[in-house]
Amino acid sequence: MSWKMWSLKKSIWVFHVNTGACNNCDIEIVNCLTPKYDIERFGIKLVGSPRHADALLVTGVVTLQALPRLLEVYRQTAKPCVVFPIGACACDTGIFYNGYHVAGPVDKIIREEDPNAIIAYVPGCPPKPEAMISGVMKALSAI
Amino acid sequence: MSLFTVLLWILVVPVTIVLGLAASWIVRKVSALVQWRVGPPLFQPAYDVIKLMGKEILIPEEANKSVFMMAPLIGFVGVLLLSLILWNALAVQRPFVGDVIVAIYLMVLPSLALILGGSSSASPHASIGTAREMKLVMGYELPLVLAFIVVLIKTGGQLSLAGISQQVPVLSISGMLAFIVALLCVQAKLGFVPFDIAEAETELGSGVLMEYSGALLALWKVMQAVMLVALPFFLMILFLGGYGTNHLTGVGAISAIILLIVFVVGRFMSGRSKFLDVMALLSFIGICILAGLGKYVLILVLLILIKNTNPRLKIDQAMKFFWGFCTVTLVVSIILASLGNYYNVSWL
Ligand code: SF4
Repeated sequence: MSWKMWSLKKSIWVFHVNTGACNNCDIEIVNCLTPKYDIERFGIKLVGSPRHADALLVTGVVTLQALPRLLEVYRQTAKPCVVFPIGACACDTGIFYNGYHVAGPVDKIIREEDPNAIIAYVPGCPPKPEAMISGVMKALSAI
Repeated sequence: MSLFTVLLWILVVPVTIVLGLAASWIVRKVSALVQWRVGPPLFQPAYDVIKLMGKEILIPEEANKSVFMMAPLIGFVGVLLLSLILWNALAVQRPFVGDVIVAIYLMVLPSLALILGGSSSASPHASIGTAREMKLVMGYELPLVLAFIVVLIKTGGQLSLAGISQQVPVLSISGMLAFIVALLCVQAKLGFVPFDIAEAETELGSGVLMEYSGALLALWKVMQAVMLVALPFFLMILFLGGYGTNHLTGVGAISAIILLIVFVVGRFMSGRSKFLDVMALLSFIGICILAGLGKYVLILVLLILIKNTNPRLKIDQAMKFFWGFCTVTLVVSIILASLGNYYNVSWL
């Protein structure tokens, strides 16, 4: 394992991308920062700019409106980075399956842009903060 | 200069950086404790910097490339030079008349570098951040220099840091007022919360630093970490009598008592936690032994507490605060100090 990946695991700065979520997943993400879960214990920090980010937390189904923005944000993120589709919508379009406004699940869209992207899924509607933490930790230990 | 001293001076730079990373861990850990969280592990700032070193460096297409890449280096070098001058005054005590003026100039360099970096990065967020940083610099430089004048009057016109550190201006009314204002100026210089107007995570998405990534961002982070060592040390030399055991009974004991009160009040206000008790005890004992380092910790904890108990100001409020309240306070304390000098009353 290279030192880059080792240090990436120790300090993950996440940027939160809402591509059309119902806001429930977003609230659960913010919940992770509260004293009860405190993800800063693992070195995870929410940052304000994709250039600083190591992980993109994508919530919600990717609408046609949000599609170019998601790709732009992905291109602006400094590599190596991990993409986390959070919630059923982002993982597999969920209840919006086959909707007229849906561009597709996040992994497919990101893979079209960059075939080697690292993608890890956290399903649930919305996923519990515990599920998110364990998902992120499992994904990191698998890299 | 013997070979040994040369080696020592080479060692000073990594030691300062390590101290800075430790200080930024203290900031994050104490903030976490104030917010009732667990907080990051000890090596977190080091992990962050190592990780940023390994990341890709993105440079915006329309950015002025050379300035964009030079700015973090300028800030970093400036803050390292500042800390070298402070170490010289603290450890070697070699008189170098006028170094305090050099130090005041060098303290502006990180802010100037931030302005350069932000304005060259061709991003609207960064340029708003730059404009705010510029106004903030103009705001706090005036009170800082006035506070320095109070120190000059109290110490009888000493112009070397080593000379100033022999006396304790904070043990007088005018010195105390000047210390409080200088502390707030340092808060603004560090970009800590009531004055984090230029970085404003929530509205500007980290403002001036928005477009930086990879190793360049790591340089900014290390620069900010070293500032956490240099600026409190500067305050310590100016106001609290520097690093010296001769003031162990005076300022050391006062800072110990203040820290103890802070932790005990915190404990009663919130009920739980043996941790705070242990911290209070440890800090009390530690401070009594190491009066020099205790003063540094006192300043750092005061900065962190201000950081965690205040909301962000708007830029116009910050300007009004610095040019109105702070400047008036300092003019009063300059008058007090001169009166004290004239009539030989040391507590004025
Ligand atoms: S997964 Fe559920 S909670 Fe999350 S955005 Fe979709 S519908 Fe909302």
